Amino acid sequence: MNKEAKKTLIRLVVAVPLMFAFGFALVPLYNVFCEVTGINGKIFQSEHNDKFISEEGRPIALQFISTNNENMPWIFKPSEQVMEIQTGKYHSATFYVKNTTNKKMTAQAVPSVAPSNAAEHLKKLECFCFEQQELMPGEEAILPIRLLVSNELPKNIKNIILSYTIFDITDYNDEALAHHQMDME
Amino acid sequence: MSAVIENHHDDHHHGPAKGITRWLYTTNHKDIGTLYLWFSFAMFLIGGAMAMVIRAELFSPGMQIVEPEFYNQMITLHGLIMIFGGVMPAFVGLANWLVPMMIGAPDMALPRMNNLSFWILPFAFFILLSSLFMEGGAPNFGWTFYAPLSTTYAPPSVTFFIFSVHIMGASSIMGSINVVVTIMNMRAPGVGLMKMPLFVWSWLITAYLLIAVMPVLAGAVTMMLMDIHFGTSFFNAAGGGDPVLFQHIFWFFGHPEVYIMILPAFGIVSHIIETFSRKPLFGYASMVWAMLSIAILSFVVWAHHMFTVGMPLAAEIFFMWATMLIAVPTGVKVFNWVATMFRGSITFETPMLFACAFVVLFTIGGLSGLMLAIVPADFQYHDTYFVVAHFHYVLVPGAIFSIMAAVYYWIPKWSGNMYDERLGKLHFWLSFIGVNVTFFPQHFIGLAGMPRRYPDYALQFADWNMVSSVGAFLFGFSQLLFLFIVVKTVIGGKKATDQVWEGAKGLEWTVASPAPYHTFSTPPKVD
Repeated sequence: MNKEAKKTLIRLVVAVPLMFAFGFALVPLYNVFCEVTGINGKIFQSEHNDKFISEEGRPIALQFISTNNENMPWIFKPSEQVMEIQTGKYHSATFYVKNTTNKKMTAQAVPSVAPSNAAEHLKKLECFCFEQQELMPGEEAILPIRLLVSNELPKNIKNIILSYTIFDITDYNDEALAHHQMDME
Repeated sequence: MSAVIENHHDDHHHGPAKGITRWLYTTNHKDIGTLYLWFSFAMFLIGGAMAMVIRAELFSPGMQIVEPEFYNQMITLHGLIMIFGGVMPAFVGLANWLVPMMIGAPDMALPRMNNLSFWILPFAFFILLSSLFMEGGAPNFGWTFYAPLSTTYAPPSVTFFIFSVHIMGASSIMGSINVVVTIMNMRAPGVGLMKMPLFVWSWLITAYLLIAVMPVLAGAVTMMLMDIHFGTSFFNAAGGGDPVLFQHIFWFFGHPEVYIMILPAFGIVSHIIETFSRKPLFGYASMVWAMLSIAILSFVVWAHHMFTVGMPLAAEIFFMWATMLIAVPTGVKVFNWVATMFRGSITFETPMLFACAFVVLFTIGGLSGLMLAIVPADFQYHDTYFVVAHFHYVLVPGAIFSIMAAVYYWIPKWSGNMYDERLGKLHFWLSFIGVNVTFFPQHFIGLAGMPRRYPDYALQFADWNMVSSVGAFLFGFSQLLFLFIVVKTVIGGKKATDQVWEGAKGLEWTVASPAPYHTFSTPPKVD
């Protein structure tokens, strides 16, 4: 094989792991892209919300939807189905959650906003979805959210749906271990 | 004096080894090309048998022959086997046989890697097919293996599927590297880039596409593997991942992949139309530029497969226009083929029949693709039989017809014998009628709302499904005739001349028929 051929070969062989890495790089790229544009309806915690406070808000309806993922047995529902809110103002809402099982469980709620172009205008100061919820058997809790919808919300949007899906993320291996240890004691 | 030494040298290059080891240890591009072609033929028949199961089940409404779970395994394996086992290895086989002979090279640049890239393929498909006999059955999530269907809800055999995809990917990548190094460095003096035969050009572009996207596919299945076994959450919303991300990564591979399966076909058809029109190809340079533009555009259209996942309007409009833009270079190619035929002295031997059918039927498939590119219309067509009709029109009378045309066109050079023209024409007409009877009605039932990937359907779709199944059986069983013709030609038949076809041009037609085991040990002189 001559020198030129070797050079082509090396270039191509290097390209393969680079493209493999690019496949993985798509993951953070996608997340950053979605965070900037808000297009997958996900909302992220935002820090500087005060600049969105305004007196010249307009009324919109904020609807809450709760969904249990797969076999998640907890009771999970919004305290209020619909809220009439003003844009440019802080509002608080709560969700009720109860661990109906007889074992300690951990849950994670994942939010989504519809219509998706409303997501970037929905600013959350506080949300239970930023944390994991750990409840003892039979324990119940009121989960708070505090949010603001900025005045820049497109005029045609009069109704925002904020939906949460609650996932069971209990590490059952750990749990079994813990039980085992308790038995030993 | 030097001539004498060369002859002596040639004597030492004895022919192929005898027995099975010839095929196991071979580093000869012609042997490996033959292996690839027979392997893809075997896969074509296995994938075809699965298609027969699918069409038999859909012959009439209600559950008839197979369980729904098994039906899902059939559609998944049919797609995977036809794409990765049928079409792609067939094109690699053609590249192995033809690229060195067309550019005047003695062999592929990396002959040992060539052997490896073929011989890992049977293992990949053995692993994939063996999953049919595993607990929980074979993969059942469709060839696109969308997460979480292929992760959270997958049968245990998904891990075997992942490894078989890894092996197929490794094989394709090695094959492509080999093609690029060969074309870039082993052309005979005088074969400039813009003098290369179009099949060589089409494979150069295809190989670059493969090197770019097969590693991304490997990345996607690796992420699946990690989600399933190592507790990561790439595609799992509970852990902060996103199932839609899977579709983006998959189609970033998937859309260039569909051009990987059609660009070599463009090359083949250009040669055949040129030969049987007895005219030089119209617009050679524009053909090259058209293929390059199609290849580049293929990287910015992937999301047109997923308009319905909920993208912002701006993205949908971008992907719609980018997709429609591909119709321009494709239109240039179709125009050039027709312009080549225009006022040529055409004869319709079997390869030309397949090539003409390719031009017409591929264009139909391309046009239904344009319809699917229209975002608001796509919301209706998405995941219906209209999509099934579309991609089968570009893949069966597109890619597969071009492969059959290539086999008829070059088999006299490979075997030294002419195929039976009468049987070849019969095979063409049975296939042509079969393909259209199978897939044309699927446009109708798709527009009427029949969803794809279900073993059963509503009563109003019954008539066209029955027609479609009859066509599929006709097409399927005609391929046994193809097998018979190929075997008959390899065994014997009228001896072929060196040029084989009156209008054939190119270096591969200057060597003897059958092509000697070693060709162009000294580079030919090309003006």
